[in-house]
Amino acid sequence: MAEGHAITHEGAGAQREHHAHAALAHHFDNLEQQREAGTIGMWVFLVQEIMFFGGLFLAYTVYRWQFPAAFVAASNHLNVRLGATNTIVLIVSSLTMALAVYYAQTGSRRNQLIFLLVTMALGTTFLVIKGIEYYDKYRDHLIPGSLIPGRPFHWDTVQHPLPIGVSEHNLEMFFWIYFAMTGLHALHMIIGLGILAYLVYYAYKGRFTPEYHAPVEISGLYWHFVDIVWIFLFPLLYLLGRHLEH
Amino acid sequence: MSEHIVSKKVYFVIFGALIAGTLLTYVAALQDLDFIFHGANTVVALTIAVTKATLVVLYFMHVRYSTRLTWVIVAAGLFWLMIMFALTFSDYFSRGWLSYPR
Amino acid sequence: MEETLATPSETPRVNYLNARYGLKSWLLTKDHKRIALLYLGGVSLFFLLGGIYAMLIRIELLTPKGDLFQSQTYNKVFTQHGIIMVFFFLIPAIPAVLGNFLVPIMIGAKDLAFPRINLLSWYIYMLGGILTIWALLSGGVDTGWTFYVPYSTNFSNTYVVLAGLGVFVSGFSSILTGLNFIVTIHTMRAPGMTWFRLPLFIWSHYATSLIMILGTPVIAITVLLVALERIAHIGIFDPRLGGDPVLFQHMFWFYSHPAVYIMILPSMGVISELIANFSRKNIFGYSFVAFSSIAIAVFGFLVWGHHMFVSSQSIYAGMIFSFLSFAVAIPSAVKVFNWSATLFRGSVSYDTPMLYGLGLIGLFLIGGMTGLFLAAIGLDVHVTDTYFVVAHFHYVMVGGTLMGYLGGLHYWWPKISGRMYPESWGRFAALIIFVGFNLTFFPQFVVGYMGMPRRYHAYPDIPIWQVLNVMSTAGATILGFGMLIPMVYLIWSMRYGRAASANPWALPGLEWRTSSPPPTENFTVTPVVTWEAYEFAPPEELKVIGKLEPRDRADYPPDYPAYTES
Repeated sequence: MAEGHAITHEGAGAQREHHAHAALAHHFDNLEQQREAGTIGMWVFLVQEIMFFGGLFLAYTVYRWQFPAAFVAASNHLNVRLGATNTIVLIVSSLTMALAVYYAQTGSRRNQLIFLLVTMALGTTFLVIKGIEYYDKYRDHLIPGSLIPGRPFHWDTVQHPLPIGVSEHNLEMFFWIYFAMTGLHALHMIIGLGILAYLVYYAYKGRFTPEYHAPVEISGLYWHFVDIVWIFLFPLLYLLGRHLEH
Repeated sequence: MSEHIVSKKVYFVIFGALIAGTLLTYVAALQDLDFIFHGANTVVALTIAVTKATLVVLYFMHVRYSTRLTWVIVAAGLFWLMIMFALTFSDYFSRGWLSYPR
Repeated sequence: MEETLATPSETPRVNYLNARYGLKSWLLTKDHKRIALLYLGGVSLFFLLGGIYAMLIRIELLTPKGDLFQSQTYNKVFTQHGIIMVFFFLIPAIPAVLGNFLVPIMIGAKDLAFPRINLLSWYIYMLGGILTIWALLSGGVDTGWTFYVPYSTNFSNTYVVLAGLGVFVSGFSSILTGLNFIVTIHTMRAPGMTWFRLPLFIWSHYATSLIMILGTPVIAITVLLVALERIAHIGIFDPRLGGDPVLFQHMFWFYSHPAVYIMILPSMGVISELIANFSRKNIFGYSFVAFSSIAIAVFGFLVWGHHMFVSSQSIYAGMIFSFLSFAVAIPSAVKVFNWSATLFRGSVSYDTPMLYGLGLIGLFLIGGMTGLFLAAIGLDVHVTDTYFVVAHFHYVMVGGTLMGYLGGLHYWWPKISGRMYPESWGRFAALIIFVGFNLTFFPQFVVGYMGMPRRYHAYPDIPIWQVLNVMSTAGATILGFGMLIPMVYLIWSMRYGRAASANPWALPGLEWRTSSPPPTENFTVTPVVTWEAYEFAPPEELKVIGKLEPRDRADYPPDYPAYTES
């Protein structure tokens, strides 16, 4: 019995590092375990995000399948140049985020800060371009429903005659999906910018070292995920049916 | 530490591939590919998107170098998305099969 | 003699309950055990509220005429009963209270992986609850808990958006709880605690967490779209504007069918513990029971269309869903058979928790079998939206969850509170609740099969219908009083109950190898697990497994060895 207890004590001692890192939370044995928990936690969260966006992707697919002509007409009304530019902006921001993680791993505080700030700048650029697009839609009366009071959805049938068998409601269907998906995506970008600001603050304080940089890494996962969502939104919303444009 | 540090070179190669994919999907979308088969544009656009997403997941998100658990989690997310699509469309696709007075 | 156990020789003076004092120490706590108690408070509150609505429904249905409520008031009453019970009691009850308390202890961890997120999830839950109560106080909701479009989007003139927001918000609390459990079970098991040494309670919580992560986001987005359509008059699901209301049902049931497994799976985990431990026997077919939990979580996502047999879903999809629904019966039956086999030749003791455990097997059997009726399209068309369906899902969801919740609460009460509940009162209440439950819901099968539709405040003046409804109301009254008994004596026992030892049931599980109540960090030293789950060693070895206190058990066999000797 006494022997058993001795083993236990020794085992417990070995569990927790003797000189615990300042960032080690009390309930973890070591930084490695803490990092693993954080990474898995973020991945599980991203799975949740897949399903969250998945509902909208499902609605998109169902309605595109039901109203193909309307979706082509409405999709061709989007500004594909701005959409493509935004895709490039996001991919560059993913690269800079990956490099920020790289410099956190290799322990360069300066480069880490630079790339985090560049990522933030690119994220902001994306949102500005998105804002310009939204404004264009507002100008063209393409905001669905009565979201903007006194400015209901209206399709200019003189300039863009309705395709055969397509009603204005079907076009409106595309636009609510467009706004819901890009809006939800933009919300994730804004949250991402908040996370980046937090990282910049702690990177500036020199908190992240080659031993401890899990927050940078985990936030990187989130940022890349938001990029991936856009990688799908771009072709689905802007490109499909573009070849039928007259 | 089990952590694997991906080299900068890999990041730049993947970045190049992603930019190339974006340009390719843009150019392909403007061509009428229906001469291959109906809906070829959609297939091309989605194939490129899936490829780009896979590259991001594998390299930028380090899944290539991660534990099997990470692979399983990613796969589970996609599998459940597939369930949702497959069973919902089992309804939509077969709705017209039986004609009955509405 | 290699058993290396963190058995406290005596109850330490400082435990998680008295480590710190004051309101702030509770509202800002990061201790999973205290958060579990916060959830216990919240869940009990909503259970009381939902129970009051249930009683109002039953009183209205005493007579065929609608003499208590207007029809719209009645609609609000059953809607609010449903929303509160489903989203604020049944879904969080076991995972957020018992799971929160026990998952870390049972795997030998100091806390859940993300304690702050755990606390956040409680605040989100309460915020969702407050939004819903706000909707009730403003005038209520009358759409049914299912929020079916187009009624909820275009016609109902009640507080749908506010209630929907409450459901949306509370969904995130369940996502965060699930996330925490998955990460904790993967990364924080004590040395030696391999996957197949995990108690089945942990397996079932793992399966539950999968559903929480994979299903909940879909209902979040669905409810959001309903709110958007209602606020902005967009034709998302409106057939007049090209939308498809059936798409709403697909998205709604993609979550809400698996959600019933969120309710029943944790309960099955509790029952597996109770059956094995109170038979003092290893569970029969451990890996089958463990994997059947995972199988239920997976199959649960393949069957949602059986809610839509009559809602213009394609008949071919209906057949697929019908077939798949039958498939869920397989892992469920595996569990029931294995529990029964565990009881066989076990030394079964009929303590209060075990009574609930056996009660669940009975109720789940009836609920599950009638589920097969409903999975068969032909029969389902006949009983759709009748009281048969109401009785079925109350048997599985309510019977299932309530039995597991109460059984688990009694079983772990000594660990949670450090006090024993009064055993004879416990057994008495368990019997009353079982009888009351069956008297409430069994007549509803009959009256439903006769064709009484659900969700009406009045029914035709057919004598036998009224007889059955009176029986049901009488049963609900008994059930209601039965529920009050544990509520009273559990609160009483917190102050006046007999102090519990570390291991009052003399069991091998890890949670019984720390003091009652446990210290804030759960174990004074990190435990090293060297035993299998439910390893009931011969009595002479038990003395090294854990210190047993025979005085805690009135019915202790006199020929049992005295453990206190060594």
